[in-house]
Amino acid sequence: MAEALQQAPGGLDPRLAALRRMALVPAYNEEGSIGAVIEEIRAVDPEIEIVVVDDGSRDDTAGAAAAKGARVLRLPFNVGIGGAVQTGYRYAHERGFDLALRVDGDGQHDPAWFGVLAKPVLAGHADIAVGSRFIGRKGYRSSRSRRQAIRVLAWTVTLLVGGRVTDPTSGFQVTNRRAIALFAAYYPHDYPEVEATVLAAKAGLRRAEVPVEMRERSAGRSSIGAVRSVYYMVKVMLAIFVAVFRRPPEVPA
Amino acid sequence: MIAAAGVTPLAVAIAGACASVLLVLVVLELIRKRRLRERYALLWLATGVVLLVLSLWRSGLNTIAGWLGVKGYPPAVLFAVATLFILLVLLDYSTVISKLADQNTILAQRLALLEEKLGQRHGG
Repeated sequence: MAEALQQAPGGLDPRLAALRRMALVPAYNEEGSIGAVIEEIRAVDPEIEIVVVDDGSRDDTAGAAAAKGARVLRLPFNVGIGGAVQTGYRYAHERGFDLALRVDGDGQHDPAWFGVLAKPVLAGHADIAVGSRFIGRKGYRSSRSRRQAIRVLAWTVTLLVGGRVTDPTSGFQVTNRRAIALFAAYYPHDYPEVEATVLAAKAGLRRAEVPVEMRERSAGRSSIGAVRSVYYMVKVMLAIFVAVFRRPPEVPA
Repeated sequence: MIAAAGVTPLAVAIAGACASVLLVLVVLELIRKRRLRERYALLWLATGVVLLVLSLWRSGLNTIAGWLGVKGYPPAVLFAVATLFILLVLLDYSTVISKLADQNTILAQRLALLEEKLGQRHGG
């Protein structure tokens, strides 16, 4: 946390400040936390364009986000996290943003890490920088069973695409233009991050992991309940094994 | 029972043929009323025609049963073929539903992006 705080207000990297950057915030029934998330992002980077994708919420997530001055993309019904995130990337791609920071609307991701997370992308070492809970052992790292599941997925993905992947389920990511273009064109559906990791690797995008601390979600419930986690594992495993046999996607210009 | 082994009973053949003809007629009627697109009707029609042929062509059904090692009751092949076709139709529908779901998502995304643009234009 100390490291993150040093990056806070005023400490924005000038190279970062020179880019057209966008915060992509997918939200589903996050009326209670979305306002605080928007304020936090703005505290770190007052000029970033904040785009909230409201994935057919039944509560007033869209209204709460608009009240804080965020741009709101409102899906007419719930399309799932993958489709919601992709909506944001399509927006970023259409409007020609250089860099997108994805922050979940439930308060798990502390935007104070923006500067740290963006570093490998700014340095040109990576197209996608992913905040990992599992490098170093600090912060909220999810329940024990979920950690085990993530570890299995991490091993599998590492085996399939190489490189070192410790947190393939993390949605706390910074993406450059190339990755934005890829994700605008192709993005998996239900539980997208793991499959997107394989997809990006196959497309030749470089991925870097950055140690971050995450928090427990401040409101709402996780989209993955106890029963669904079995379905989650099976679905994700199937998706990544099949993804290996797909033709590599081309990154659109 | 032993005497009947290896022969499709006439009643089974007639019942099978009637059911097949009924299926084909219902499918054709649905197409005529534009309640079924030809693309989705084709597999059903194929199902009906194949079952009709197998029902009426009793010696053929017996021969096929012989190849498959079905002894005693050749009409079992009818059930197997019918089941196979139903599985094909269902699988086809799963691909159709997947495609529709994808298109649905894309429409929702486009709508969200367009609505936002529209809101901006009208001083939102």
